[in-house]
Amino acid sequence: MEANLKTPAHLSLEKKRRRKKFIGSEAFYGYLFVSPMVLGFLIVMLGPLLYSFYMSLTDWQLLGDPNFIGLENYRRLTADPEFGAVLKNTLIFSVGLVPVNIIMALMLALLLHRNLPGMGIFRTAIFIPVMTSIVVWSIIWKYMFATDEGFINQILQVFSIEGPAWLYDPKLAMAAVIVVSAMKNVGLNMVLFLAALQQVPRTLYEASFLDGANKSKQFWYVTLPMITPTVFLTLILTVIGSMKVFGQIYVMTGGGPGNHTKVLVYYIWETAFKLFDFGYASAIAIILFLIILVFTIAQWVLRKRWVFHEQ
Amino acid sequence: MNNRKKKSFGTKVIFYGVLTLVSLIMIVPFLWMINTSFKDSTKIFTFQWIPDPFRWQNYLDVLEKTPFHLFYFNSIYIAILVTIGTIFFGSLAGYAFAKLSFRGSSILFLCLLSTMMIPVEVITIPLFLLMRDLGLVNTHIPLIGIPILGPAGVFGVFVMRQFFLLVPKELEEAAKLDGCSYFRIYWSIMLPLAKPAIATLTIFTFLTSWNEFYEPLIYINSKELMTLPLALALFTDEVGTKWELLMSASVMATVPLLIVFFFAQKQFIEGVSMTGGK
Repeated sequence: MEANLKTPAHLSLEKKRRRKKFIGSEAFYGYLFVSPMVLGFLIVMLGPLLYSFYMSLTDWQLLGDPNFIGLENYRRLTADPEFGAVLKNTLIFSVGLVPVNIIMALMLALLLHRNLPGMGIFRTAIFIPVMTSIVVWSIIWKYMFATDEGFINQILQVFSIEGPAWLYDPKLAMAAVIVVSAMKNVGLNMVLFLAALQQVPRTLYEASFLDGANKSKQFWYVTLPMITPTVFLTLILTVIGSMKVFGQIYVMTGGGPGNHTKVLVYYIWETAFKLFDFGYASAIAIILFLIILVFTIAQWVLRKRWVFHEQ
Repeated sequence: MNNRKKKSFGTKVIFYGVLTLVSLIMIVPFLWMINTSFKDSTKIFTFQWIPDPFRWQNYLDVLEKTPFHLFYFNSIYIAILVTIGTIFFGSLAGYAFAKLSFRGSSILFLCLLSTMMIPVEVITIPLFLLMRDLGLVNTHIPLIGIPILGPAGVFGVFVMRQFFLLVPKELEEAAKLDGCSYFRIYWSIMLPLAKPAIATLTIFTFLTSWNEFYEPLIYINSKELMTLPLALALFTDEVGTKWELLMSASVMATVPLLIVFFFAQKQFIEGVSMTGGK
């Protein structure tokens, strides 16, 4: 009798009932509500990432079909002097930008972290470049750096200094781009530091003051240890951001003079969308991905330590 | 006492001096942009703080010589759609991740979070080929769809989830007893509560979209479809750099943003702090 109840008809009925129960349930709505983003994750992120790996193993050109060529693109990268220069330029950009940016941001945050009249105006002024389009910011500075009669060189002339051809000078072009980029984003890190400084308990300063600590001692022994998580975070974010620099290079120098300011993303863009060498460009993109992955993992691993340190 | 006062006066002078100098360095480029936008083409490299002759005509020239109204329109409507999409899908998923229990929710959330570390620059090539095969290159669809569903959208999910986690459970339970559906709870209770988070996310998403350069550069070829940053960047080569026109165009592309920023400063700065907190 019992066994008889489980006829196929009954089974499907039970399934239907279960399905009916699922439709309209909390879990059903959960899946429904997250499905657009999960689909997006598969179609826009994960799929393309895996496909990038595959493409980097092919010789895909614009019109041709992809041929599987294994690690040939990567072998080609190691022998490509232009790629070597690009890596070096990206490294120079990072090494130049990151310390300037972080130190300036921290100093400005320390200056602005007090209740004096006018702080809002200064904060706004320093933050305005952050929200400006990088294209506009770079266009202005390209004009400011113009040879002979640009703003900068006119100012220098007041002091009887013959200004150089900034963006056309192989020795100076990268430095100019770094300074412009640092100014563009210093406000961003400054705001993060300001937020961190507000979290430092005032009692610590009072206690250290009673112990006879002066301002600089307070900074090294109270402020800095308390905000190390933020210092580390801005450090990683700025390093990752600097690996992806593109807009200012595109507008200000176009990678020149020679190859002196050509960086990773610019090289990827050029190889893929100007030379249509998709396979090779994908291999460069994978290298960029690996570099950024390392920094992201470092952030997660070391972050735990910093947070522990904080407690 | 007197000595201490003197010292504090001295430090104040240095203090305000440094801040004024830094602020000037940040602001002078913009002033110079505005200045140049009114210059005569023959006086582009003449050092004048007030242009002489003073040409309003440059602005009209830009509007006449380029489809500038289209660049504006494209930038505005794309940014609006990206913002609405990010807020809607982000808050919907954020609500589900924060308040609904379903199997695998934490793993799905982790998967989404992990995409924030995939730089869009790395996956542009397959995305471009996908869009090409779908016939969507040289349309606005990639500029709208990719940010909503990509890492920027995931950031939205994250922000909204963090916010919804703080909403007390009693509110929903009362609504459930009244027979509200989950969508109704989301729409009529959660969204109105989330106004501060939505305001921050709106400004953040709008500005990011407005300033986006790499994606339009890759997906857009036709002039009529260009957004402001792309149009400005390509303008340089095309006209052989007519600085006075380029600066007028840059002013027109920047000023609306500065006005919005002026009124929404607090939210935007909070938004940045939130990004950093992730």
